[in-house]
Amino acid sequence: MKHCLILGAHSDVALAIAHQLAKEGHSLWLAARRFQDLEPIQKDLEIRYQVPVKCFAFDAEKPESHQAFVDALPECPEEVYLVFGYLGPHPGSLEHPTDARRIVQVNYAGAVSVLNALASAMQKRGKGSIAGISSVAGERGRMSNFLYGSAKAGLSAYLDGLRNYGYHHGFHVCTVKPGFIRTAMTAGMDLPKPLTASPEQVAKATISGLRKKKGRVYVLPVWRWIMCLIRNIPDGMFRKKQL
Amino acid sequence: MSPFKQSIRNWGNFPVTESLVYQGKERPSSGPYIARGMGRCYGDSASQGQIWSSRANRCMLDFDSNTGVLTAEAGLSLDEILQTFVPRGWFLPVTPGTKFVSLGGAFASDIHGKNHHGNGCFSDHVHWIELENAKGEVLRCSRKEHRELFELSAGGMGLTGLILRLALKLQPIETAYIKQRSIRCRNLQETIEKIQANQDWTHSVAWIDCLAPGKAMGRSILLLGEHAKTQELPQKWQNKALSPHSTKQKNFPFFLPGFALNSFSVKAFNFLYYHKHPSGQKEQFVHYDPFFYPLDAIGHWNRIYGKRGFTQYQFVLPPDQVEGLIKIIETIRAHGMGSFLTVLKLFGPQKENYLRFPKEGFTLAMDFPLSPKLEGFLSQLDALVLKHGGRVYLTKDLRMPPEMLFASYPQADLFRQKIKERDPKATFQSLQSQRLDLHL
Repeated sequence: MKHCLILGAHSDVALAIAHQLAKEGHSLWLAARRFQDLEPIQKDLEIRYQVPVKCFAFDAEKPESHQAFVDALPECPEEVYLVFGYLGPHPGSLEHPTDARRIVQVNYAGAVSVLNALASAMQKRGKGSIAGISSVAGERGRMSNFLYGSAKAGLSAYLDGLRNYGYHHGFHVCTVKPGFIRTAMTAGMDLPKPLTASPEQVAKATISGLRKKKGRVYVLPVWRWIMCLIRNIPDGMFRKKQL
Repeated sequence: MSPFKQSIRNWGNFPVTESLVYQGKERPSSGPYIARGMGRCYGDSASQGQIWSSRANRCMLDFDSNTGVLTAEAGLSLDEILQTFVPRGWFLPVTPGTKFVSLGGAFASDIHGKNHHGNGCFSDHVHWIELENAKGEVLRCSRKEHRELFELSAGGMGLTGLILRLALKLQPIETAYIKQRSIRCRNLQETIEKIQANQDWTHSVAWIDCLAPGKAMGRSILLLGEHAKTQELPQKWQNKALSPHSTKQKNFPFFLPGFALNSFSVKAFNFLYYHKHPSGQKEQFVHYDPFFYPLDAIGHWNRIYGKRGFTQYQFVLPPDQVEGLIKIIETIRAHGMGSFLTVLKLFGPQKENYLRFPKEGFTLAMDFPLSPKLEGFLSQLDALVLKHGGRVYLTKDLRMPPEMLFASYPQADLFRQKIKERDPKATFQSLQSQRLDLHL
């Protein structure tokens, strides 16, 4: 039984990860901002899988609290799943500065701050694994979501570097890029079926990527080719498109 | 989570509505709207322009391993309950023919199963529900507190409010297997005799061939079942006595064209099903999954009825109205309207309770593909059902006229008045309740 920490435990992907880990018999530490709302989820996991589940208050937007959050954990977790993210209603707009700041703070600054604290604990222990859910949106900025995309690009670069660092200090880091996901947030949206993964698929790819010590994981392999294509469109053409 | 547009169809694939779907804590600013779980009602009971879907709320909240009482959110499915609790030796006290229904839906339809004659309806095993009314108050309703609201909601088709949580008492089992006895009956009379003579079996249901002519009319395979005890289970299953059902499912891949299903193919199917079974009786052990949920093995089996959709006509007649049952089966055969799976069961005594369907007597359920001439045929059946003191199940219904409802459900008018008193603006309405004139 391992202790697995899930950061941002409210989302459908986080729930799917929690269910799979609990089914394997691991102990879960769920961290989220509205952690009182986690109570039914905690009860549910405990009843279904008969594993211990603990909840912790965690706010990605308050980096000053992150070291204390990590110190308050019962011990250094064996596996960390960073699932939180913020897309918001205006991921590609110049008109909403508050929202723009929030996108950067949650997806990049918040993630870096909490992972730094956790990675440092893993370094001290000399073992541990981190899976970070980034996004294909981070591979090339485009007008419809460049705020979100750039923050995720930052996160992807950070995870790449941390993986390199971790290799020499005893822990592993895996970057997961899901593409479209069928979740409560995207319910009713007309997503192309072959490019859309279920939360369960994302969870499976994430957990197996982390266990197999993979570097970068595309949940649906087709996204690797799509993004390769998109990255290689010459800028002169790319800037004229409405993407 | 903001509301989103979705095209909503229930199990019969008709009607299709473009609905605004709300989840979790979101509510429409005003009615009408209706709660919806897994959409396994056949017609329009869970259809409306605005829907509150319970499926985002499906947590198990408490389980008492001494008493078997499970408290859970209403969106939880029976499938998930079986997956979790069969390995620990617990089973559903009442289950319908599919495990893909939510707790909320099960209560609002007050579903029945093959064990109705002994175990009654679903609500008989529910200790309490938490109901959100039109004012947004959450009330705990049971046989002690808010009793009237509890009773109005049991089989109340979601018209009293949103069922948020409930407590259900599960039933202990020794194994996940059923000791099954199947008996081939040559005609309706034999079928009825055998059903009545075997009421001491926990589970009992007969599959009937509605299209068999003359003396063979109403021939059937009667299935009886008892939860198997550990010591009687065959050796090969001893070490997996409490294994739950497989979660793998084969999907029916496309809608069958309308002409594929005709009286010839139905006749052939029924003929084969009947003759596949040896004459006389047969005993064997089967897993609960094929015993209770044979059709769940094929996802989207409703597609065999084509894109136009289908309906299920399920009625009940009092026990002394066998003559009426014969007339109805004759009418079905005369119209060549037999269905693949016609199911006959004898309900035990049941207290009258507003819109709840079961009452003592014979219940017959048949699937019919929708077609322009279907309504004429079904209104003939309505007339026969009414004449013989019976009624039709709302959860399967798509087309019943209000006159039929009020003539056959003695407390329907009382129900209508009571929900009007509680919610004068009629916040909770389905397309079905509007069609049936259930809002004053």
